[in-house]
Amino acid sequence: MSNQPQIDGHNPIIICQDVHKWYGQFHVLRGINMEVHKGEVVVIFGPSGSGKSTFIRTINRLEEHQRGQIIVNGIELTHDVRNIEAIRMETGMVFQQFNLFPHLTVMQNITLAPIQVRKTSKEEAEATALELLKRVGIPEQAKKYPGQLSGGQQQRVAIARALAMKPKIMLFDEPTSALDPEMIKEVLDVMVELAQSGMTMLVVTHEMGFARAVANTMYFFDEGQIIESGPPEEVFHNPKEDRTKLFLSQILHH
Amino acid sequence: MTTLHSSKKFLPPPSERSTALGWVIKNLLNTWYNALLTIVTLGIIFVVLRSSLIWAFSAARWEVIPANLRLFLVGQYPSQIPGENDQVWRLWLDLYILAGIIGLSWGVWVRRRETVAGVLLGFPILIALLPFSLSVRALLVGLSVAGLIFWWLGKRWARRLQRVTISLWIAYFPVAVLFIRGFGAEEAAFMPNVPTRFWGGLLLSVLLAIVGIAVSFPIGVALAVGRQSSLPIVRSFSVLYIELIRGVPLISLLFMGQIMLPLFLPQGANPDRIIRAMVVIVMFAAAYLAENVRGGLQAIPKGQYEAAYALGLNGFQTMVFIVLPQALRTVIPVLVGQFITLFKDTSLVAIVGLLDLLGIARSVIANPKFIGTQREVFLFISLFYFVLSYALSYTSRRLEAALGVGER
Repeated sequence: MSNQPQIDGHNPIIICQDVHKWYGQFHVLRGINMEVHKGEVVVIFGPSGSGKSTFIRTINRLEEHQRGQIIVNGIELTHDVRNIEAIRMETGMVFQQFNLFPHLTVMQNITLAPIQVRKTSKEEAEATALELLKRVGIPEQAKKYPGQLSGGQQQRVAIARALAMKPKIMLFDEPTSALDPEMIKEVLDVMVELAQSGMTMLVVTHEMGFARAVANTMYFFDEGQIIESGPPEEVFHNPKEDRTKLFLSQILHH
Repeated sequence: MTTLHSSKKFLPPPSERSTALGWVIKNLLNTWYNALLTIVTLGIIFVVLRSSLIWAFSAARWEVIPANLRLFLVGQYPSQIPGENDQVWRLWLDLYILAGIIGLSWGVWVRRRETVAGVLLGFPILIALLPFSLSVRALLVGLSVAGLIFWWLGKRWARRLQRVTISLWIAYFPVAVLFIRGFGAEEAAFMPNVPTRFWGGLLLSVLLAIVGIAVSFPIGVALAVGRQSSLPIVRSFSVLYIELIRGVPLISLLFMGQIMLPLFLPQGANPDRIIRAMVVIVMFAAAYLAENVRGGLQAIPKGQYEAAYALGLNGFQTMVFIVLPQALRTVIPVLVGQFITLFKDTSLVAIVGLLDLLGIARSVIANPKFIGTQREVFLFISLFYFVLSYALSYTSRRLEAALGVGER
């Protein structure tokens, strides 16, 4: 990537220190430490059950962490509802199952939060929504309902919906795992464009082509811990840990 | 692929259309034992029907219906006020406004002409077949005309009138009740107060049902949401309320309302009996409604909440904009079923001495002039309950189709 955007290396926008989480007796996250800087694209991968989805969901408090510290955009995540709401306004999230609102049109899906949360005027929100739909390539679908769209189109609407809140950080939780193969590319293209525009992104994915193209840092998760991290060239060509090697060989040879 | 495109020799699926006689032969007489079954069944039906028909056309004393029709419909509504003239015109006013609003909504939302013409013209004319006086029949036909005029208006300005129509519906019920009750003093010249003890018959039944539905709906939704709340006080109050009310039969709640409530209230505070019955019905319906709505709430996938929270919506906004619209849509069929049940359950107030449709029926039978007319009277009021319940259920099916219930 020649036009890699600048990363501000001094002020991390996300700081996680020794993050632990239990589901009952099950220790899902065992001391995660991570710093993400503005404009950085982070790819998190690892076997299923390794806690990578749980971790990304602690960052906007869809899951609660039970020990350690998470600071997003200068605000620490605590039980204080105002802090949680402030952080959620700055972080967009895209889910594996899209989670569009089936009773609202595409346009209403995108404008609901800006109008209700940011108190934007309806006209302005709709203008922004139309621009975002153009950006993800489906402006002609604005009046349809999610059920009338293909999976790839739905996921692109979900990305537009998250972007409509003008977030500083975007979280992607396996955005292409529920898609048919021929639709994965249209979603990845949008994500690549987003990464190049300088958005801070945390992406849980197994799309290694995407990681190679735009990731600045990769983290390999296993059993609730970060086993290995580094720039993609290093992780792909020179993995230090045996578990990383094994996992990469399993997903790359298929 | 080319062969597929060029060949247009796909045959249409075989159609099965046959004459009435053909249908009978195919379905009822296709084998010897089916033919035998058909004949035996017809014989049984004939024997049963014959005696009923003989009774209906020769022995039944149908004159009890026209003689008391006004009692059945409005009870003792206006004529009992001493020194006042007839106040039934206020009910007609309500009906005319209702016909206008129905016509308007039909014009705004329903596109199919035949249904509209059929219902708007047919329904009042059908009622006009009942043994009313000529002036009443003229007024009924007038209802059709009013409906049709507003239907035409609604069709003409469909886009602009949508909001107006919705607000009219919301405003209608309080205004209608106000007209029935009247303003202030009993001696006023215009719309004098009609005490609730004169409300009766179908008027009272419908009023109890509508108030029950309209008021219990928001309470029930609030209870259902409260039951899911993470706040322990709100949740335990909701659970306690729902389980307490659901554990007691409506009839005993009605008795408590009529007989026990005055014991607890301070002397002098004595809300009238119809209001007490209304409160009991609302409380009862709200508990059941809450459980039905809870079913809808639990059908909403967790992902919907997560997506809403991730966008920054708070709990209240998530409920109002995301969860409730979807949950209520899925439970429409159940809710309509509950409303129909509620409408029929209002007849229990007859047992605590209110003169609703059933109460009036019992008092008519007790009249020495009409001794022994139970069958006629009960058949007649059953017909009334059936027609109204069926109209409700038909409307709900149309509503479901229009809202796309069942598709997600």
